[in-house]
Amino acid sequence: MNESLRTTALHSWHVEQGARLVDFAGWEMPVQYNSIVEEHLATRQGAGLFDVSHMGRVRFDGAGAARFLDRLLTRRVLDLQVGQIRYSLITNEEGNVLDDVLVYHLQTPSEIRYHMLVVNASNRLKILDWLTSHQTAEDEVQISDCTLETAMIAVQGPHALQIVDPLVDVDLNTLRYYQGVVTRQMGKPCTVSRTGYTGEDGVELIVHADKANQVVNNLFASGRDLGIRPVGLGARDTLRLEAALPLYGHELDESTSPFQAGLDFAVNLEDAQQNPRQFVGCEALAEQAQQPRHQVRVGLVLEGRRAAREGHTVHAGAEQVGVVTSGSFSPTLQYPIAMAYLNVQDSPSTAEPGMELEVDIRGTRQTAKVTALPFYRRDKSS
Amino acid sequence: MNPDDLLFAETHEWIRLEDTDGEKIAVVGITAFAVEQLVDVTYLEMQPVGTPASAGKEIGEIESVKAVSSIISPVDGEVIAVNEELAKNLQLLSDDPYQAGWMAKIRIQDEAAIEKLMDRAAYEAQCAEEG
Repeated sequence: MNESLRTTALHSWHVEQGARLVDFAGWEMPVQYNSIVEEHLATRQGAGLFDVSHMGRVRFDGAGAARFLDRLLTRRVLDLQVGQIRYSLITNEEGNVLDDVLVYHLQTPSEIRYHMLVVNASNRLKILDWLTSHQTAEDEVQISDCTLETAMIAVQGPHALQIVDPLVDVDLNTLRYYQGVVTRQMGKPCTVSRTGYTGEDGVELIVHADKANQVVNNLFASGRDLGIRPVGLGARDTLRLEAALPLYGHELDESTSPFQAGLDFAVNLEDAQQNPRQFVGCEALAEQAQQPRHQVRVGLVLEGRRAAREGHTVHAGAEQVGVVTSGSFSPTLQYPIAMAYLNVQDSPSTAEPGMELEVDIRGTRQTAKVTALPFYRRDKSS
Repeated sequence: MNPDDLLFAETHEWIRLEDTDGEKIAVVGITAFAVEQLVDVTYLEMQPVGTPASAGKEIGEIESVKAVSSIISPVDGEVIAVNEELAKNLQLLSDDPYQAGWMAKIRIQDEAAIEKLMDRAAYEAQCAEEG
C-alpha cells in the first residue's frame, strides 16, 4: 500500500479486524471488513461502528467566529444556539458547491464557546485554504484544524443510542437529532452529537486520537449483545444512497448549485429577521432562486439486478435526459437503485414519480422508473 | 483449497480440460480467491452459446454491490454451454466454485493460449502476493 497515505488512529485495529483497505481521499481506509451487504444490514438492524476520522474537523474560536462563518456558509450561523448543529453548504461566488459540511455551536465544560465545521476528507485542504483566504484581521476568529489530533467514530443504527449512552456523561435521550455536546466518555473529553450519514438514528463521537482505541473497545463491550459490528466505507456509501444523502464528488461538485441538487433547505437567503444575508455566493443564488429549475435530482429504481453506476446516461426514447450520479444494488430493498440528474427544461414531466425511463448500462438499455427520494426511511415509531 | 487438475489465468479464471467425442472442451469458472474478493455478488451474465471466445477477451460480466468485473476467456474457441442455474443461484459461487459454480464451456479451437495458464502452485503464489 502507498506509504504516503495518511492513516487514522484506528488503522491497526482495522487490520486486526480483517479490513480491506483502500485509498480514500489520501487516507488508507477500510472499504469493508467482510461483506458490504452484511455490514449494511447490521447497521439497519442493530448498530454499525464507523471510523470517520478522515473527515476534516476545524475549530473556530473568538468573538467573531459565528460572524465569520455566517459570511461563508449558505445556512445561517449567527442564530445557531449552543448545542445546535446544521447541515450547510459552502459555495463560491458563482453559487456552486465547494463542500457540504456540518456546522456545530459547542461549549466546553469550562464554558468556552466555539464553532466547529466537519468537512469532507477530499475537500479538507481546499476548505482550509478557502477559510484562511477569506479571513481578515478584523474578524476576531482563530481557525484551527483539529483533524489529525482527534478521531471521529460514528455509531449508527436502532441500537446505537443504547450502546453509547452508558459510556458518556450525558443522557442521550435529552440530546435531540442534530444536537451536540462536549462531555466525557469514561472520564475523557469527548464531543457527542446525534448525527450521521446512514439514514439511521445514531451518534458521532470526537475524541483525542490517542483515546480512539479505548473508545472502540468500550463501544464493543457495551454493544456486544446489541449486534454492533465494524462497518466500512462500502456500506457507508450504500446506506447513504438508500437515504438519498448527497455525496460530494457525485451529487455535488463545483459545477453544481444547491438548487440543482435539490438542497433548497440548505440555503438561507435571509437572516432570522428576514433581511437579506451576505455570504459568498448569495447574489448568484438569490438570482437562481427566481429562475425555473432546469435540472432536478431524482431516484431511479431499475428492473432486473444490474446496477446503474455513476456516469451512465438516462434516456426517454431516443433522447438523453440525464445522467446517473450514484447507483448500487440496494441491500435493504434487494433491487438496484440510483440517483440521477434529469434535465427538465423541455419536459418537466420527465422527473415525475412513476415515469418510465431507460438507463444505458454498458451498451444495454435497462428500464428505470422515477421514484420519490429517499428510497429508505427509518421507522421512527419505535 | 484449489483442485490440482485445473489451470489458472492471471485474471482469476480457472479451466478444467475435458475430452468429449474427440473435441477439447474447457470448462471455465472463477476461483475461490476471486469469489472471496467480490464478496457480495449480485449479478452474473455470460455471453450466449455460439459466441466466439478469444483468450484475454470478455465472455461475461459479474457484478458485486461495489463494482462490475469482466469474466475473461482463458482460451480461444467458441462458447458451447452456459450455466443457466448459476445466474439464478449465485450462492453456488461461494459454496462450490469449482463444480456447481462453473460458468461456461468453450470448445477449444487453438491450444496455444493454454500454454500461458498457470498450475495451482503458480496461481496460489500470485494470490499470496495480491493478498
